Amino acid sequence: MSTAAVVNPGPGTVYTETIVYSAPEAYVNDAPYQMAIVQLDSGRRITGRIDGERAAIGDRVAFTEFRQSVPFFRKQG
Amino acid sequence: MRPVAVVGIGKTNFGAFPDRDLRSLAVEAGQKALENAHVQPSQIEAFYLGNFAGPSFVGQNHLAPYVAAGMDITGVPATRFEAACASSGAAFYQAVQSVAAGISDLVLVTGVEKMTSQTTPKVTEILAAAGDISTEGRAGATFPALFAMIARRHMYQYGTTREMLAAVAVKNHANGAKNPAAHMRKVITMEQALAGKPIADPLTVYDCSLISDGAAAVVLAPLERASEFTDKPVRILGIAQTSDYLALDEKDDITTLRAVQTSSEKAYKMAGVQPSDIQFAELHDCFTIAEILAIEDLGFVKKGEGGPYSLAGCTCLNGARPINTSGGLKSKGHPVGATGVGQICDIAVQIRGEAGERQVKRNTLGLAQNLGGSGATSVVTILSAA
Repeated sequence: MSTAAVVNPGPGTVYTETIVYSAPEAYVNDAPYQMAIVQLDSGRRITGRIDGERAAIGDRVAFTEFRQSVPFFRKQG
Repeated sequence: MRPVAVVGIGKTNFGAFPDRDLRSLAVEAGQKALENAHVQPSQIEAFYLGNFAGPSFVGQNHLAPYVAAGMDITGVPATRFEAACASSGAAFYQAVQSVAAGISDLVLVTGVEKMTSQTTPKVTEILAAAGDISTEGRAGATFPALFAMIARRHMYQYGTTREMLAAVAVKNHANGAKNPAAHMRKVITMEQALAGKPIADPLTVYDCSLISDGAAAVVLAPLERASEFTDKPVRILGIAQTSDYLALDEKDDITTLRAVQTSSEKAYKMAGVQPSDIQFAELHDCFTIAEILAIEDLGFVKKGEGGPYSLAGCTCLNGARPINTSGGLKSKGHPVGATGVGQICDIAVQIRGEAGERQVKRNTLGLAQNLGGSGATSVVTILSAA
């Protein structure tokens, strides 16, 4: 398991994002859902999900929690 | 290194064929290529198979000797190559090396995928394993989602629009409608393309290639022997394969497919040509944005200009540089393991002057670009009249 799954990644900025409508078998019940690559303030990028309000490129997002090792973020402000 | 030529080509139709299994498709394409080269199975010295996920799609492994024996080819090295959607591009690359090095004279390369026996969510899951499942896959990324995130960033950085993406789909469907072997022979309008069902925003169903069954094959020989097999040999002028990170979050700039850049730079150098010399091309349009990226990363236009270039019609059949005259993965179909060798066949058909109403006039120098995953493998081949 990578360190990304156990260390709080902290806040960041949305580098890119999409809303997935056609999901893989394991996530069919989640769809539609927003996923994003977040440019973390700590320097690197991480792939995760966005909860709540839709976030666009450049929006600030805060880390909320890991769910089954997937980092979830929420739009700030 | 000695020059290598394509001396025989063969393809099945691409489509959804519930009554056909993987082996019968691969055997049909292989036998067509052998017949096209006037070669007997016993003359083949090595067999290269490109296949992404036969074990997942149809449950069969050890596929290369299984397919080869279906053509009565035994007693030779028969090996499967896996490089996601560049699987048969990678098999072709290795086969060219073998002939160029003088290890083999006559070799058969076949690509095959049998995808439509699974449901779309299952196919989506199998394809997602071409990305990094420990990060992207776990977060719920599909392949459309990865390319949607690339498209979003490309739009943000360069002003690429939905219309520019849709122009790629409209053009490829127009070409595919003229290709009797294509999966979806249907002309679509810009309005239809823009109003498609959303798959992964901003990509709609019209931005995504098809889930297809199909196979393609080529026979390779040293150029000096090519006239024994065909009066229309197609020379492999340059070829290169390179790699990159799988995960998008490990790449510095996701709007550039670095492996496409590096493989094309090497292929151009080997061929002794410039990007501007390429007259026509078959590009890996697994998604509309992927064709736009390829146009840029192959050096046909500057970064960021691929969208406007497509919208202006420069890549149409009668444009300055026709791209995907076969219909591309979008309309011809994308049986992933067959795609790389299928592109070589499509370029060869143009160089031989056998493309019918899709025939381009400037047909002596073509390029095929086969992409694996979201850019972790790229194979670029430059082909010319011999």
